Amino acid sequence: MSDTTLVSAPPAKASSPARSALADIWRQFRAHRGGVVGLAVFVFIVAAVYIGPFIHRVAPNAINIRDKNQWPSMAHPFGTDNLGKDMLAQVLAGGKTSLAVGFTAMLLALFLGTLVGVLSGYSRRLDGPLMRLTDLFLALPLLPLLLVILLLFRDTLRAAFGPETGIFILIVFVIGVTSWMHTARIVRGDVLAVKSQEFILTAKSSGMREYRIIWRHILPNVLSSIMVSATLGIASAIITESALSFLGLGFPSDFPTWGRLLFDGANFLQLTPSRVLWPGLAISLTVLSVNYVGDAIRDALDPRSLKR
Amino acid sequence: MFTYTLRRLLFAIPTLLIISFVIFALLDLAPNDPTGDLPLTIPPEVREQIRASLGLEQPFFIRYLYWLQQFFINEPLNILERLTGWQFGDGHRMRVLSWATRSPVVDLIVQRLPQTLWVVGLAYLFGIMIAIPIGVISAYKQYSIFDQIGTFVSMVGYSVPTFFTGVLLIVVFSSWLQWFPSVYDTNLEVTDFSSFLAQMRQMVLPVAVLSLYNASQITRFVRASMLDNLHQDYVRTARAKGVRENAVLLVHVLRNSLIPVVTVIALGVPTIFSGAIITEQIFRVNGLGQLLIVAVQGADIPLVQTLTFIFAVLIVLFNLIADVLYGILDPRIRYE
Repeated sequence: MSDTTLVSAPPAKASSPARSALADIWRQFRAHRGGVVGLAVFVFIVAAVYIGPFIHRVAPNAINIRDKNQWPSMAHPFGTDNLGKDMLAQVLAGGKTSLAVGFTAMLLALFLGTLVGVLSGYSRRLDGPLMRLTDLFLALPLLPLLLVILLLFRDTLRAAFGPETGIFILIVFVIGVTSWMHTARIVRGDVLAVKSQEFILTAKSSGMREYRIIWRHILPNVLSSIMVSATLGIASAIITESALSFLGLGFPSDFPTWGRLLFDGANFLQLTPSRVLWPGLAISLTVLSVNYVGDAIRDALDPRSLKR
Repeated sequence: MFTYTLRRLLFAIPTLLIISFVIFALLDLAPNDPTGDLPLTIPPEVREQIRASLGLEQPFFIRYLYWLQQFFINEPLNILERLTGWQFGDGHRMRVLSWATRSPVVDLIVQRLPQTLWVVGLAYLFGIMIAIPIGVISAYKQYSIFDQIGTFVSMVGYSVPTFFTGVLLIVVFSSWLQWFPSVYDTNLEVTDFSSFLAQMRQMVLPVAVLSLYNASQITRFVRASMLDNLHQDYVRTARAKGVRENAVLLVHVLRNSLIPVVTVIALGVPTIFSGAIITEQIFRVNGLGQLLIVAVQGADIPLVQTLTFIFAVLIVLFNLIADVLYGILDPRIRYE
């Protein structure tokens, strides 16, 4: 959510004569047509998922066997599934989970990546070991390992936290822990560049504590690349979660996510193709819009384009 | 260059050892029991014997060492023996057995490999062949209609997950139009022209899905790399001295732009084996990815361990190849 709040706040400032850096970025961002459309679509999807259930008041898990396998109609805009559950309500409910997984996993990956990146960029002693660790993680075959971990620890966590929370924690943890490496590398590079600048030396010589330097001087300067990683992180987390659900190893059926709906719908392909279409479209649109936003932010932050 | 390659190779050994340990430990920590599926009527002491026969009563570290010996010494020797017909030792080495099928894991993998290589490898090749021209034209005519459409399509291809494109293609081409089968039939033997045609027809959909995905990823790299090079001074020099535009584009710029692209392609090769798990699952191609899914679902630990570790070896290997290639192709890169 960080990108939406960040880019939607500045326009008020943009009218003031002294342009802040954020306003500059926002101006650049607006110039990127794909990014603006992407942001609009993404905001629409988020709004639909969170506000939609108040308008379309059908419980996603309400079974109505008489209305099973229906094509889209007025009562059921997206049709119904083989148990007569309303697809629109299910897609909305699934979106809530998918987006929540995407955001939380992205935040976890971002936290880990920034931590590792800043530490290894800032401290020369930690640099070697941490970067070897990153290389090691990059060499792991991720999807197979994700499947294995999910399979092995599913029941334990389910018993500990209940079926839904347990799987949620597991999936978020697993995706977050296996996708921080690129962020770490990018952040490390940026920290190395920032660290050698003179204002850091000034801060050091004025007796500022190390953690204060990192917090006040280093982090704000590497924020831009963290933001780009964040958008890409949401997209890949949503795709990974859907892929896991699609392989039947994600959330259980009665707790829909977009990937799970697609997986369940695939068996009814010829009967009701819309069951596959809507969740798939939702995943694709979300990822596409987030990727466009990421592209636009990257362009906006690129110093070569800022000069224009 | 040679010493660099050697050093990287030496460094790959500890990396692989650590990865193998992680994989082994992860699967070993797992709270599951290979005898869990057996009937409850089996008395506990017999159950203990079954566990002992599976080698489970040994301490963790011993089992890990056994597994390493098995994986790095015994199985390669077995494969070599099979390939060359030579005999090493008495020929009665232990095999890593799959718990589910009780057959050697390596044999299972050898059975599944051709399908994966055919479908996924071909898709990767097609992807590269589509991506390079599109990327070149998009970059050369930046902001043209072609570029706009090309960039959009590659963005879509890169964002839409393969499990959606696959299902969509099945709906359109198998269910509505009935042009292509939706299930890959491995039993089909190519003997004459009609069976060859059938083989082609069943490969169209999975190859199309994967090619689209690969092509859109590579196109983005080709385009970006071409754009980086097109505005370099040497391009202006080449034009100024009267080199024809085609030669400037295809000889000077393309060759330089392909340097990073080649490494990206090399880095993507391991995904030929592991990344197509989902596509194989959709089209029921019984390749390596499908084998892994079946093994994971059946908690067939030896098979999962072996497959995952093979994928890891491939990743490490192709990382190395990519780095070395980069050094060879770009003389500006010097590894001290």
